[in-house]
Amino acid sequence: MNFFLLSLIKTAIVTFALLTLLAYLQLVERKVLAHIQLRPGPYRVGPHGFFQPLADVIKLVTKEGVIPPGANKFFYLLAPVLGVALALTAIVVIPFGPEVEIFGVKTAMGLTDLNIGILFILALSSIGVYAIALGGWASPSKYSLLGGLRGSAQMISYELPMALAIVAPLLMLNTLSLREMVDGQAGFYFGFIPKWSIFAAPAPQIFSFIIFLIAVFAETNRVPFDLPEAEAELVAGFHTEYSSMGFASFFMAEYCNIVTVCCVATVLFLGGWHPLWPAEYGSNYVAPLVFLIAAGILFYHGRQGLRRWDKVSFPATGVVFVLLAALFLVPVLQPYIVPLFWFAAKAGTIIFVFIWIRGTLPRFRYDQLMRFAWTFLFPLAVLNLLITALVVALV
Amino acid sequence: MPSIPLDAILFLVLAAIAVGSAINLVVQTHPINSALSLVGVMISLAVLYLLLGGEFIAAVQVIVYAGAIMVLFVFVIMLLNAGAERPRTRLSFSVAAGVPVLLAFLSAAAYFILKKVPPAEGVTFGGFTGGSPRAVGEALFTRYLLPFEVTSILILIAIIGAIVLAMKEID
Repeated sequence: MNFFLLSLIKTAIVTFALLTLLAYLQLVERKVLAHIQLRPGPYRVGPHGFFQPLADVIKLVTKEGVIPPGANKFFYLLAPVLGVALALTAIVVIPFGPEVEIFGVKTAMGLTDLNIGILFILALSSIGVYAIALGGWASPSKYSLLGGLRGSAQMISYELPMALAIVAPLLMLNTLSLREMVDGQAGFYFGFIPKWSIFAAPAPQIFSFIIFLIAVFAETNRVPFDLPEAEAELVAGFHTEYSSMGFASFFMAEYCNIVTVCCVATVLFLGGWHPLWPAEYGSNYVAPLVFLIAAGILFYHGRQGLRRWDKVSFPATGVVFVLLAALFLVPVLQPYIVPLFWFAAKAGTIIFVFIWIRGTLPRFRYDQLMRFAWTFLFPLAVLNLLITALVVALV
Repeated sequence: MPSIPLDAILFLVLAAIAVGSAINLVVQTHPINSALSLVGVMISLAVLYLLLGGEFIAAVQVIVYAGAIMVLFVFVIMLLNAGAERPRTRLSFSVAAGVPVLLAFLSAAAYFILKKVPPAEGVTFGGFTGGSPRAVGEALFTRYLLPFEVTSILILIAIIGAIVLAMKEID
């Protein structure tokens, strides 16, 4: 099949899925946070606020985009475009599933595979600093300038432990291509312990995984390192002066970065689309089981719903889950959707941890943030790398 | 119509961007415009490396030069809040002296390249395949080990020197 046509189709699918995910990730975040804080969260638009992202998008698009007087117009407009473009580009090297054959066409699930894949992502994230720095600088406000400098200094500082945490598993995987990394983590020890990087012999990368997670929390400006968004005490940050689509672009870039780093964590440490235990022990049936449990919970709550419409909407959603579960039981579809399920489940779990921590931890002070990076996380990452290198060299 | 290969088109476009950014770097009066033009030069150079088969060098070019060194430049410019420079009044002198010197230099360079450098084969895109991280690493740690280590020590000396100078300031 024509390479261009195939790439075009795959790009269209991934773009559509990613943009929908980004819109709904915000709803999920607000809902999860709300439930952590014992409140219902967005509830007005659609059943249980299901169409809230649409309303948000319409609101942001129809707002007036103000360019403050005195702003450097070119860089003020360039910064959000740069941010969102770089963030969206990073998804092209992520492998979502194995090589499959659809209607006689063999193709890999994922847009492309570079032999410098992980360096490509690091390069994009290091260019992404300019979006924040320029956004802050081009706005005619000292709060924005300081916020931009604060945000970019934070990103540069945490890039070091992040890169060092990435290098450690690479020592064992021996490749920079993300697809080969996942292939290198296939198989099981003793037939049931997965050969993921965090479990892999001779040096399990559990510490690298934790360091990586902490560093990417700061890279993506998330709680507890979300000083660029501390609107209450620091007048937000680089995006204070932005409105309408400029603001939306910065927000989209941030959520897209979260998705990317969660996918990278899945690929690097959690074995990509490989299941937690072998298919002989029934790992193919985890997906239908999860969906059936969800459906059961929905049916149960639908029976004793507090509001009138819950008696309809809960079981209706439950039926959708039952259908999804049935989809996973079709043998023809299994080789396509089961790897996708495992990939999405792992990445989704990490995304949930991001939201969970936002609902749990308070914010760092800026000097604490910098001291934590340079005097604790960075030496720890170096030590971890040295130990890994030593173990890999000796064994 | 003979089909033009895609890599030749890409090369021409990126070379044009690189040269355009370089000229813009010199012409601009505001330091931040100049700094970002330099970033443009570096990124287009990185893509040119990629076209020539040097994937690792391309990635490192972006990560180190565009992503680390130029960010520091931009930081300094932003922190100092450097404004636009006004062109100096003695511009006529530099034009009068600069143009002949530049022309002389260029013609000398062209003369030596034509005379001394043997007519090499044209660069073919995709002809070079030794740019993978593995190949670069092997070259660095076997054949070029000594220059590599000497360079690292030079950089270390520079870092220690910077710290010593900063310490004096603090005391």
